[in-house]
Amino acid sequence: MTKIGLEIHCQLTKLESKLFCSCKANYREFEPNTNICPICMGIPGSLPLLNKSAVEKATLIAMALDCRTPDKIAFFRKNYFYPDLPKNFQITQLNAYGNTSIGWEGKISVGNVKIRIRRIQLEEDPGRLIYEGATEKTKLTLVDYNRAGTPLVEIVTEPDFETPHQVREFLNILSDLLENLNVSDPGLEGAMRADANVSIEGGSKVEIKNIGSFHDLEKAVHFEITRQQSLAERKIEIVQETRHWDDGRKITVSARTKEEEAEYRYHLEADIPWVRINDGTKNQLQIHMPESISSKKERYVSKYGITPQVADILSSDRYFSELFEKANNETNAKDIANMITTDIMGLLDTREKRDASKLKGDHITDLVEYIKSNKITRASAKLALDEVIKNGKRLSEIIEDLNLGHVSNEDVLSGIIAEVLDEEAKAVEDSKQNPDIVNFLVGKVMQKTRGKADPELTLLLLKKHLDID
Amino acid sequence: MNLGISALNYVNGIKNNEFTVEEFISESLDHIKQVDEKLHAFLRINDFAIKNAKEIDAKIKSNQNVGKCYGMPISIKDNICIEGSKTTCASKVLENFIAPHTSTVVSRLHSEDSIIIGKTNMDEFAMGLSTEFSAYGPSKNPWNNDFVPGGSSGGSGVSVAANECIASLGSDTGGSIRNPASFCSVVGLKPTYGLVSRYGLVSYSNSIEQIGPMTKTVEDSAFLLNIISGIDPNDNTTLDNKNQDYLSDIDAGIDGKKIGIVTEMANSDGLSTNVLDATNDSIKTFEKLGANCEHVSLQMVPYTVAAYYTITSTEAGSNLARYDNVRYGYELDSSGFEFNSYISQARSKLGPEVIRRMILGGFVPSAGHAGKYFSKALKVKSKLITEIKHVFEKFDFLISPTVPIQPFKFGEKINDPVSFMMVDFNTVTANLTGIPAISVPYKITNGLPIGIQIMANNLEEHSMLQAAYALEKTVDLPEVQI
Repeated sequence: MTKIGLEIHCQLTKLESKLFCSCKANYREFEPNTNICPICMGIPGSLPLLNKSAVEKATLIAMALDCRTPDKIAFFRKNYFYPDLPKNFQITQLNAYGNTSIGWEGKISVGNVKIRIRRIQLEEDPGRLIYEGATEKTKLTLVDYNRAGTPLVEIVTEPDFETPHQVREFLNILSDLLENLNVSDPGLEGAMRADANVSIEGGSKVEIKNIGSFHDLEKAVHFEITRQQSLAERKIEIVQETRHWDDGRKITVSARTKEEEAEYRYHLEADIPWVRINDGTKNQLQIHMPESISSKKERYVSKYGITPQVADILSSDRYFSELFEKANNETNAKDIANMITTDIMGLLDTREKRDASKLKGDHITDLVEYIKSNKITRASAKLALDEVIKNGKRLSEIIEDLNLGHVSNEDVLSGIIAEVLDEEAKAVEDSKQNPDIVNFLVGKVMQKTRGKADPELTLLLLKKHLDID
Repeated sequence: MNLGISALNYVNGIKNNEFTVEEFISESLDHIKQVDEKLHAFLRINDFAIKNAKEIDAKIKSNQNVGKCYGMPISIKDNICIEGSKTTCASKVLENFIAPHTSTVVSRLHSEDSIIIGKTNMDEFAMGLSTEFSAYGPSKNPWNNDFVPGGSSGGSGVSVAANECIASLGSDTGGSIRNPASFCSVVGLKPTYGLVSRYGLVSYSNSIEQIGPMTKTVEDSAFLLNIISGIDPNDNTTLDNKNQDYLSDIDAGIDGKKIGIVTEMANSDGLSTNVLDATNDSIKTFEKLGANCEHVSLQMVPYTVAAYYTITSTEAGSNLARYDNVRYGYELDSSGFEFNSYISQARSKLGPEVIRRMILGGFVPSAGHAGKYFSKALKVKSKLITEIKHVFEKFDFLISPTVPIQPFKFGEKINDPVSFMMVDFNTVTANLTGIPAISVPYKITNGLPIGIQIMANNLEEHSMLQAAYALEKTVDLPEVQI
């Protein structure tokens, strides 16, 4: 049987500061080596100062993943040399003296499969290496320490996956969950990374590292299974090793075998005393834990009669479900949900667009109400949405500005209809044989009014003109 | 002018207009110039000392608020950072390292208007007990220049003993304050782990080390502890000193107190006859002062030196791993090196003792060996803590000679690392358990000092200082001749 396990690293990007100093957790907008201080650079004499919010956010993740959580946590040093590691050790966690990591023995459902979580730990991210130069000989390795010390949660699963597809599905669910908890923004570049380990029946475990995206992870796992199967078929031993994903060639390549396994010389980090997480804290976290995606979805369906498909899309996205909750005034829930999933999601399909958007819940409430009471057509509503997103003005103002109000004045409409009938003489003629042509003429009226004509009234008037019942 | 006065007498001298800060500082600087070429207590002198003195004098003259130290010159071990100035840890690796931050202890001394007169010599990265491992040459014992001053805070011990300053701050990982205090005949106090902030102290073995005062009198140690102790937001391991005034009732005496004489330390194989005699003599003195002395056995003590070197090497291996010459350091062309050979190149400036401990620190906690060494050492530590807790249920203090031997000659032990390590035999217990300990000058035999160590339970510095004060008052030691 194929067994796949994952090791996921997720930055707690929603935190203000790094794990052990006051530099920004969001290092992305800084020039290289400007989001640093003596602590995250490991300058002699500096001491790590634990960010307590990081402990809380990480605990929240552990609780959301149904983990057992400890009464107190400890930090350990993982010692190894690497140019991106300022202290040449990483402050992380280890369950060496009882369970002292953020959480363990959790679980999460992926479809019908239950994936067990082995362990969750809180640790610091290293810096980043940037390679420059054309050839091996002229190659420069540059180090940017802006990321060093960013709070990172490591989630290790049991080898409970059997297919690459399950892996992908799990990562999507986990990513939505982390976003929903408001601890991380998994969509940010490098905020969520995953390594996999793969073994097939009778073979050793092989780790795959250096995978850039979830998409590649799925591919890498797939490749690795195929590789191992073809070795097994040829009766070649599958050795326990670490392999790297070669993004260019889309294959895994051997990085190191077990014999060369790194020696980490773990020991307690004495600079950070053990941190108690008492029941009161846990209770508070539980109380303030954001509603889970599945419970949200269920509520949307049962309470508002939203279709399961729409509820699924809506609940699994933190931004749009929040927008929905704000817009929802209990009366038009279904229409609001539909407007968000059919219109707004398309307009705000990137982070940049969402960040720039001026759209508020109230706007959607109003818009749905206006459509319902026939003050605006659906076509005009789309134009209005564009405007709201751009400038955030009140809906009534926008309708005024763009002259989007319904043309429901019979005289005005009759004038326009007369023009259309004049221009479309052939259609008028054809309508005698084929009464459905009237819909084409409604469309022409709409075009002329830029979608503002009251569709029902237009139809009524057209039928009257053309003598159709 | 008498440069050999205590901190408290210095303060009185200033208050009574017997001398100005500038006069005292300037004479201290002259004295340093005269004697330090020989003694080598200092690695660097503060160029701004006179300027600082003038500023404090001006404050005094114009009746402004002046801090408790009134400009007294204090020396600082060169592993404690002061912003904008060099902190070398007596290593070539940090030869050009300029600290970007000021340690909490120095900030507190500054805010009480002390003048940091200079940075003192030490064993490289505080690893050693003779200053022979300083990359910049050893310091000399002022009592006899052929002998080591102890270490690793040897420069600090010498600077106080030789009256080059009023007091000093050292750091104590396994006896590095108490050992040179004993060898130089000054008072040296290692506080409870966490009582004094380590912010700005360059880590060697961060789970057990502390900064502490080295002074001419027990009262002076209490005076400095008042200033430097207590919670620090920059060090998560610090403890609340509860606004304790360590000077108050320092003369309360020890009548009726129970003192345990640690059998393993007061009668070990390595104990010299002179030290044994002095120890036995001190027991009589304690009894004369009204204390009840009794022998007590700490069965883990024979294993403490091995446990100590195992734990400290492990932590040193980790704490010193950052000296890869990437972010700071010295000129080294890194191009063309493969990463691992670059690291070994970068580390080639470390001295022999540091290298010895780094190798040890790479080995004892490694997979496959940790069970035999590192885990066992932690077990010894934890058993020792249990034992100590137990004995402090019965005793107020534990005593022993601070060091089993008197100062030794330069070169005498340098080629015999194990005998070197055994010199720490009596001091490492306080570090492994976190308890406070103080060394009090007790005797000069054959022209060389002997100190007595008093240990107390966690955060019992106040009563420990009372005991030390009582003992100090019974002795009358000759002045050192420089």
